[in-house]
Amino acid sequence: MSTEIKAGCARPELMKKNEEVTQDSSEKEIKKEEQKLIRVGKPAPLFTAPAFYEGKFVNISLEDYKGKWVLLCFYPGDFTFV
Amino acid sequence: MSAVAAKNDVLKDLDVQVLSISVDSPFVHKVWNDNELSKMIGKDIPFPMLSDQDGTIGKMYGIYDEDSGVETRGRFIIDPDGVVQGFEVLTPPVGRNVAESIRQIKAYQMVRATKGAEVAPSGWKPGKTTLKPGPDLVGNVWKVWKVEEAFED
Repeated sequence: MSTEIKAGCARPELMKKNEEVTQDSSEKEIKKEEQKLIRVGKPAPLFTAPAFYEGKFVNISLEDYKGKWVLLCFYPGDFTFV
Repeated sequence: MSAVAAKNDVLKDLDVQVLSISVDSPFVHKVWNDNELSKMIGKDIPFPMLSDQDGTIGKMYGIYDEDSGVETRGRFIIDPDGVVQGFEVLTPPVGRNVAESIRQIKAYQMVRATKGAEVAPSGWKPGKTTLKPGPDLVGNVWKVWKVEEAFED
């Protein structure tokens, strides 16, 4: 499920996958330009990202939580005040 | 995020996994946890703090602010099938109401448990009147549900 990442001098590599299938590169570029708010009732885009959890650096995938409810909370940044 | 963390036990009891996510690195998450958040809630942050350093995930969810290079306060409720049931997006200066997120999750769980046979009218909380959609309910909501119920605790 979660694999620990060694704490090194470099930031952990990004590992994300966008499940969206695009026809060709030009369409992909348009998709990049205009980000769409996702729609309710549709599958949540899957991703894997490095995380800090229980004192360790681990990779977390949304897929790991299939079968559970997930509350995914984006926020502007650590040490911001609200 | 400290407010969500403070309610993590309630969310855990509801079988909800919290994932927080920002463009900060996991190292910054650690320092924020160690130096500030843990002091606010009296323990370590009890859920994974994810990093989306180039905003890829934020863009997939449509809440990445290209101008400032950060994610806005997007909050998504994802059900056990991986389907987004609800979301709320706020600009940075206003924090979310965790109690409202919990209320919505409880309502969605009730709907799911009844396989949609019962639905949650405005302001629904456990113990309050649910509605049973069907031909008999058309035009008759006023008989089974009062507007005041939306505002009662």
